[in-house]
Amino acid sequence: MQSIVHVCLAGLSAGMFIWLVASGLTLIFGVLGVLNFAHGSFYMLGAYFCFTVLRHLSANFWIGLLLGPLFVCAVGFIVERFFLRRVYHLALPYQLLLTFAFVLIFDNLVKIVWGAGSLSPPRLDIFGEAILIMGRKFPAYNLFIIAVGPLVAIGLWLMLERTWWGRIIRAASSDREMASALGVRVPILFTAVFVFGCWLGAIGGGLAAPYVGIMTPGMGDTIIIEAFIVAVIGGLGSLKGAFLGALIIGVLSAFGTRFFPTFDMFLIFILMAGVLLWRPQGLFGEAR
Amino acid sequence: MKNKSLFAALILVFLAALVAMPHLSGRFTVYLAMRFMILGIFAVGYNLLLGQTGLLSFGHGAFYAAGAYGMGFFWLHLSPHPLLGIGAGVAAAAVLALLIGFFCVRHTEIYFAMLTLAFGMMVFSLIWNAREITGGDDGLVGIMRDPVTFFGLGKIPIGKDAQYYYLVLFFFVLSVWVAHRIRISPFGLVLSGIRENARRTEFAGVPVRNYRLAVFVLSGAFAGLAGALEAMLQSNARPFMAHWTHSADPVLVSLLGGLHSLTGPLAGSLLFVAMREIVQRFTENWMLWFGIVLLIIILGFRGGVVGVVQNLVLRRRAEGEG
Repeated sequence: MQSIVHVCLAGLSAGMFIWLVASGLTLIFGVLGVLNFAHGSFYMLGAYFCFTVLRHLSANFWIGLLLGPLFVCAVGFIVERFFLRRVYHLALPYQLLLTFAFVLIFDNLVKIVWGAGSLSPPRLDIFGEAILIMGRKFPAYNLFIIAVGPLVAIGLWLMLERTWWGRIIRAASSDREMASALGVRVPILFTAVFVFGCWLGAIGGGLAAPYVGIMTPGMGDTIIIEAFIVAVIGGLGSLKGAFLGALIIGVLSAFGTRFFPTFDMFLIFILMAGVLLWRPQGLFGEAR
Repeated sequence: MKNKSLFAALILVFLAALVAMPHLSGRFTVYLAMRFMILGIFAVGYNLLLGQTGLLSFGHGAFYAAGAYGMGFFWLHLSPHPLLGIGAGVAAAAVLALLIGFFCVRHTEIYFAMLTLAFGMMVFSLIWNAREITGGDDGLVGIMRDPVTFFGLGKIPIGKDAQYYYLVLFFFVLSVWVAHRIRISPFGLVLSGIRENARRTEFAGVPVRNYRLAVFVLSGAFAGLAGALEAMLQSNARPFMAHWTHSADPVLVSLLGGLHSLTGPLAGSLLFVAMREIVQRFTENWMLWFGIVLLIIILGFRGGVVGVVQNLVLRRRAEGEG
C-alpha cells in the first residue's frame, strides 16, 4: 500500500511536466494548426536558461523561474515571426520538418553553449527536506509540482473561457478566416499564442531540472514523444484531454518503471493502441 | 524523345560508374558509396509512402531496426547465410509494419505522423530495455559476412568491403527497379489517386485503407532491407536505428531531392551522404548545419534538387523556343 501511494505520487509529478509541455503543444496546435516538434526543445531551453540565470544573475529559484522562460519566449518569437509564419499555407511535411529543423538547431546550439555533457542544476533547499507520507519520505518539491499542474490547468481554463483574450483565441481556432474578417489581427494572435505556448514548455523545463537533477542536450527529445502520445490519447487540440492524458501517462509509466522495468514504455503504447481502437479521435477529441 | 534517351544514357553512365567504383577509388569512397546506396534503398521505399501516397511517417526507423535486428538474430541463432539473413530481416520488418500499420492507417495527416512516431519509439524503447535479448544500448555486435553460397553450386565471398559492395549494389538496383515498377503499376496509380483525393478514390470503389496498409508494409520492407544491409556493413545493429531522429532521415532525403519522382530521393541520398561527410570534416556541429540547410530548402527550394534542375531545364527550353 505504502509503495503504491508513493508510485502514484511520483507518477503524478512526472505527469505534470508532461502536462506543461503538452498544454503548450495542444494550444499551439489548436490555434495555429501546426504540430510543433520543437516544443521539446523549448522545454530543454527553459531548463538551461533557468540554470544560467540561477548561476550568473541570482541564486533565487523564483527569479530563475521568472526570467529563464522569458528568454525562451524571445527565441519562440523569432521562430514564429520569421520562419513558421511562412509555412502555414504549405503541406504538412514542410511544417513538421521546419519545426524538426529547429530541433536539430537547438539541440546542437545547446551543445555548443552549455557543453555536450550533462549538467546538474543547483540543489533546491527552499522547500525543506522531505515530508513523511505513510511512513516514507517524499520530497516536498514534488508535492509542489503536483500542485502546479492543476493551477496551470485552472489558469488556462479561466483565461480561455472567461477573458477577452480567451474569446479571441477560441474564435480564431474555430474559424480563422471569419475571425480575421471580424477584425481579429490573426498574425499577431498567432505569434502571441506561439510565444505563450513556448513559455508553458519553458516553465515545465525550468521546474523539471531540479526534479530530474540532470540536464542533457537531448532532454527535449524524450518528453516531446510523451507529449505527442498524451495528445493522441486525450484528443489532438483538447486541453482537457491533454491534462487527463498526462496524468494517466505519468502514473502508468511510474507503475511500469516500478513493477515491469523492461516494459515500462510498452504499457503506455498498449494503452495508446487501445484508445485508438476504441475511440480513434482520442478521449476528448471531436469525431471527424 | 530526345530527352528520354538522354535520361537513359545518364542512368547507364551512373550505373557504369557505380559498377567500376571499387576498381577506381579508395576504400573510404567505396564505403561512402555503400552508405549512399543503403540510404537510397531506405528513401526510395519510403517515398512510395510519402511522395506517392501522401502519408508522412515518422516511424520508419523502427522497420530499419527490425531489418537489422532480424538479420542479426538470424545470423546469431539460425544460419550465417547472408541472403537468408537479409530475407529474415526484410520479413521481420514487413511483419512489424503490418502490425503497426494496422493501427496507423486508420488516420491520415498529423495523426498518422504522430502515431507512426509513437509506435516507432515503442520499438526503440523495447530494444533499449530488453537487454538480455537485444544487447540494450550496446546493440547486437559482431555480425560477420560469411560467403554467399548457392547450396553447393559455388560461393561468392563478401568479407571484404569491395566484395560486399557488389551485393549492396545488386540490392540497390533491384530496389530502384522494383520501386519504379510499383510507381507505374495500376497499384501505384491508385496510390497517387489516394494522395490527390482520398474520398473520391474511395467512392470509385477502392478500399483505401487496405491500399494504405499495403504500401505501408511495402515501404517497411524496403526499410528492413536497408537495415539488414547496414547491419552487415557495420557488423552491428544499434537501438538508435529505431530512434525517431533516424526516422527523420528518409523524410529529409526525400525533401532534399524532391518528392515527386524516383530520382528525387536518390539525388537526396547522394547529397545527404556527401554533405554529412564534408560538414563533419570541418566541424562537429553537423546537426546545426543540417538544420540550417533544411530551413533554406523549406523556405526557398521546396522542389528539392530535382525540382531546381527541372525548373532550370524548363526555363532554358522556354528561352530556346521564345
